[in-house]
Amino acid sequence: MDLPVNDSGRIEDFFPTLRILDTQGHVINEQARPEISNDELKELMRRMVYTRVWDQRALKLNRQGRLGFYAPVAGQEASMLASAFLMDQEDWLLPSYRDIPQLVWHGLPLYKAFLYSRGHFEGGQYPEELKAVMPQIIIAAQCTQAAGIALGLKKRGKKQVAFCYFGDGATSQGDFYEGMNFAGAYRAPAIFICQNNRFAISVPVEKQTAAASLAQKAVAAGIRGIQVDGMDPLAVYAATKKAREHAIAGDGPTLIETLTYRYGPHTMAGDDPTRYRTDELTGEWEKRDPLIRFRFYLERLGLWSQEDEEQTAEQARTDVDKALKQADRVSKQNVTDLLGFMFEKPTQNIQEQLDAYSAREGDQR
Amino acid sequence: MTQMTMIQAITDAMRTELRRDDNVLVFGEDVAKNGGVFRATEGLYDEFGEDRVFDTPLAESGIAGLALGLALQQYRPIMEIQFFGFVFEAMDGIASQLARLRYRSGGHYHAPVTIRSPFGGGVKTPELHADNLEGLFAQCPGLKVVIPSNPYDAKGLLIAAIRDNDPVLFLEHMKLYRSFREEVPEEAYTIELGKAKIVREGSGLTLITYGAMVRTALKAAEQLQKEGIDCEIIDLRTISPLDTETIVKSIQKTNRAVVVQEAQKQAGIAAQVIAEINDCALLHLEAPVGRVSAPDSVFPFASAEDVWLPNEKDIIEQAKATVNF
Ligand SMILES: Cc1ncc(C[n+]2csc(CCOP(=O)(O)OP(=O)(O)O)c2C)c(N)n1
Repeated sequence: MDLPVNDSGRIEDFFPTLRILDTQGHVINEQARPEISNDELKELMRRMVYTRVWDQRALKLNRQGRLGFYAPVAGQEASMLASAFLMDQEDWLLPSYRDIPQLVWHGLPLYKAFLYSRGHFEGGQYPEELKAVMPQIIIAAQCTQAAGIALGLKKRGKKQVAFCYFGDGATSQGDFYEGMNFAGAYRAPAIFICQNNRFAISVPVEKQTAAASLAQKAVAAGIRGIQVDGMDPLAVYAATKKAREHAIAGDGPTLIETLTYRYGPHTMAGDDPTRYRTDELTGEWEKRDPLIRFRFYLERLGLWSQEDEEQTAEQARTDVDKALKQADRVSKQNVTDLLGFMFEKPTQNIQEQLDAYSAREGDQR
Repeated sequence: MTQMTMIQAITDAMRTELRRDDNVLVFGEDVAKNGGVFRATEGLYDEFGEDRVFDTPLAESGIAGLALGLALQQYRPIMEIQFFGFVFEAMDGIASQLARLRYRSGGHYHAPVTIRSPFGGGVKTPELHADNLEGLFAQCPGLKVVIPSNPYDAKGLLIAAIRDNDPVLFLEHMKLYRSFREEVPEEAYTIELGKAKIVREGSGLTLITYGAMVRTALKAAEQLQKEGIDCEIIDLRTISPLDTETIVKSIQKTNRAVVVQEAQKQAGIAAQVIAEINDCALLHLEAPVGRVSAPDSVFPFASAEDVWLPNEKDIIEQAKATVNF
């Protein structure tokens, strides 16, 4: 018996990489160029430059012991910020531990990001108007939660979207499939943004999966999938814009795979990239840097100057210093602080412990 | 004999068993080329190759299922959960599948799987890395739970775990990884699972503990000695099954006990130890059994670890209360 075979070609052929700007900032795909105002172009550049400076400062502060847990972001600015640029104030953000820039640009005060890094509960106490979940440590757990938030937004009749960020490694977790599948089944307004920075700590993406692209994983969930050059701010912006329009129109979720790279170590807690990747590879990716290409593009349009660059960097440095001072002023955590957040009303055991610890803490004062 | 840290002893145990038995495999996230995020598998990939020591895709449930499948093909998997806080992802694979395989097949199948994972407070990891979740697993029928407190025990217990024909959860306290060195034999040796060890002899009070709290208890005992309280210290080493015999014998001698655990108070190992003492040694007691533990909050945010974790002072206070009861 002849079994039916799929001879329509390889699945990855349906997922070409969307690229609009080349590494020199020339438009190579005029047709795909998104509508975006000059002011917006400038603002996006400002955010990327600012974030790069803050990231560099954060690495230093971490080495000096003034920050705690930190996952470097340099290289991923376009993937992070050109996508999050499309977030409406009322859209919801579900970030991973690396996606702190999106959180801050969505409204998290910088000093709170620093408190999160240090491991202080105030780093998780968000302003009422900030629509975001705390950075997710458990890889891909945010994907199923994004389906829930998106379904909730839909049921409430809101024209809002859930933006869910994660890495290439996360696509191996069941939660990734479950989240896409649920959101697809409910046609819920979610955007799943997979930042494929090629490595999950030390494991290269080729070892995560036999699939030639991560975008094609959308096929099994029956949702849209697209692969973009994650070092190209315009391509990331264009793909996200479309995804958001579909989501709002009730057409369901999209998976966006951004091809990108992290220049730094996985986190600042002892990761040594020389064990698993070459400097040549890093050098190749640095040539595709999102800031360089966007700078060229904007300079040609007369939208960005050396002065803008310096002003932005200066602003970032001042803000970081201010935020750090603000974080330093926050009081130390006590056990009673932690016990106090366990339940709406303390249970019997918690109350006993609250009493015991507050007596002790009182003694220490 | 060489001087080894606990993490070196752990690597050495795996190396010894990989050499001895071709069926032993090591896998998990970042364990191959990278040698594990703590370097616990350092050098194993170079010596034994991709066939024996390999990275998995990033999925703990996948890792546990893979281990069960390989066990059914007569392999002896050593699977790593990169940090124990991530074990919930593999909860079904461990508690419902690996731990029940022998039972469900009426003894036809078994799972000689060792689950290694770093855990424990004091190193200021981000949230969900360091949690003391051993109590959850001590409540899983079909699973043994081992927690070494020093390099020598770590090697002997890990080799015993790898050779055991049932699943063993082997928890490695992060704070102990590199905190001190000790003489460790180069050859293979085993320490029987399920056996506690008296690490300090004494007559006035028994301190029962495990993991990183053993060192803390030893320091507390020195201080207590100066104040006239002579402590015996039991290192449980295996928390499931419990070595009740050693505990009872000690209490028959000292008539007083304090149980110390780093984990939260509710439904922990200390509770189980106290229940066993009630069952088997109640009439030998001259005071209620004391308990030192962390409070019942979630494992603390990094910068609150210092105030949250039980310490020497807590042990000394409780020991005095129990003696002066
Ligand atoms: C469930 C779970 N397993 C393992 C880890 C440890 N871990 C933290 S980050 C990471 C790699 C993640 O890679 P990827 O998803 O590609 O994101 P990236 O860090 O590259 O942004 C791993 C294995 C974790 N945090 N959670």
